[in-house]
Amino acid sequence: MPYLVHSTDDRRAMLEALGAASMDELLVDIPARLRLRSLGLEPGLSEQETMARMRALAGRNRVFEDRLWFRGAGVYRRFIPAAVSAVISKPEFYTAYTPYQPEASQGTLQAIFEFQTLIAELTGMDVANASLYDGATALAEAAMMAVVHTGRHEVVTAGCLHPEYAEVLRCYGDGRGFQLRSGLDHVGPETAAVIFQQPSFLGLLEDASGLTDIAHRHGALSIACVDPISLGMLAPPGEYGADIAVGEGQQLGLAPSYGGPHVGFIASRQELVRRLPGRLVGEARDDRGRRGYVLTLTAREQHIRRAKATSNICTNHSLCALAASVYLTYMGPEGLRQVAEVSHQRAHALAERLAAIPGIELAFPDRHFLNEFPVRMFHVEHHLARLREAGVLGGLPAGPSFPDQPDLANVVVFCCTEVNDPAAIDLVVDVMAEAARTAEEGRR
Amino acid sequence: MADRYYTETHEWVAVEDGVATIGITDFAQAQLGDVVFLELPRVGKLLEAGDSFGVVESVKAASDLYSPVAGTVLEINEDLNTSPERVNTDPYGQGWLIRVQLNGDLGQGLLDEAGYESLTQGQSH
Repeated sequence: MPYLVHSTDDRRAMLEALGAASMDELLVDIPARLRLRSLGLEPGLSEQETMARMRALAGRNRVFEDRLWFRGAGVYRRFIPAAVSAVISKPEFYTAYTPYQPEASQGTLQAIFEFQTLIAELTGMDVANASLYDGATALAEAAMMAVVHTGRHEVVTAGCLHPEYAEVLRCYGDGRGFQLRSGLDHVGPETAAVIFQQPSFLGLLEDASGLTDIAHRHGALSIACVDPISLGMLAPPGEYGADIAVGEGQQLGLAPSYGGPHVGFIASRQELVRRLPGRLVGEARDDRGRRGYVLTLTAREQHIRRAKATSNICTNHSLCALAASVYLTYMGPEGLRQVAEVSHQRAHALAERLAAIPGIELAFPDRHFLNEFPVRMFHVEHHLARLREAGVLGGLPAGPSFPDQPDLANVVVFCCTEVNDPAAIDLVVDVMAEAARTAEEGRR
Repeated sequence: MADRYYTETHEWVAVEDGVATIGITDFAQAQLGDVVFLELPRVGKLLEAGDSFGVVESVKAASDLYSPVAGTVLEINEDLNTSPERVNTDPYGQGWLIRVQLNGDLGQGLLDEAGYESLTQGQSH
């Protein structure tokens, strides 16, 4: 926002109308530690001086080169073909604010329909919606579908779920009256769904088929939270019988951009189509037999069901979904497979070489992984600091996210994608080996 | 055939041997237009008179269904999953929605045939 039009008087009038005494009082729901306290700008600075100050502040951000970025944990550096921005920056798509009226926007509706088709094919499910905001809220929406569908009030997570996804689930559960339980011991007659992430937050492959069977044996739904690129190599959720598949679509042509906007996807079996939240586009024929697209199955939405709507989602991330469609279409099944395989090969090469360094080992050597993997080391901060000095963003320390799991205390989750070229991998290995040597010497 | 009673929210109920069969009226189906989906409760659910027990969705609207009686859901009309149009073609027969084991007697406030007819006079639009 380069220019704010509201004067102090405007703000005071608006706050008064809202019944808030100050901006702080208005923003009371945002944790204080996340609120801007002060930029420390003295009064009377010119626009030019102000911009210079801001640029100096922004300059303190550390930006790592794509190829030297070895951290994933939910948001990934991937190659984005130029075709993606070429298509999404067409003004018909870029400047139109979610036009859904069929008579006004066949192109937009067709693009959404194609996204739904691509997601349904990728996940092996019967039907997908027009997209959601992100992977975490897609997972929470899936949990609510299961709660409404089964009339039960607990959802159980199996394996290592992204801790922020778990937080979002807990938040939705508080509002919608379901409990989040962790671990298969909790699966029982009150379980609406068994939720698992494939691969897990640590990068490990879960027994998706076995977990789905456990869910079904207890009359619960199986919800698979999947990495879309992984489906270039792994069996899709539809194949192992999952009832709902969700995930984060950022890897499909979207930049990390500080965590958003990204795009969530959700797909289900046909029997659950009326429980899917948000927008769905259907293909239809007009009275002359010509193909057309319309919004369909919106009867559970707020504008019709009001307080009884089963979801408060009334829109989608159309432009981000379009980016994902262009990416998937451009790559094709073969291209997607190649992306997954190259990432897999590079991660395995890196894992093997890191594990050969004294003081570093694979955290779970018996478990399979694709392109993200946990390693255990004696001196986590020391290693990550040496990597930073070399311009490399190392893996994510898992310990702080799981304080009650001592086996994750010294674990760092590394990630490779197709952007991490062999020279970048050599650099990581060299720096880590050197760091291990200096750490040992420091101890002696 | 047992006597049918009606609610002001356009459900009907007929009781035989302590079991209430519940549906929506011919007037209601005509107002709704083509029924495309029904969301019905699961067997075993306890209902109080006036509880919402499901949703009927037509090409025109989605409306709540209200139970005329108190009791336990014994059976739901599974055929409507694949043939919801029966609610339109045969609302008092094959288009029934649920059967409920009555808890006590029929409540107050239900309308008889004549009472319901006078209610719907002039209501159509």
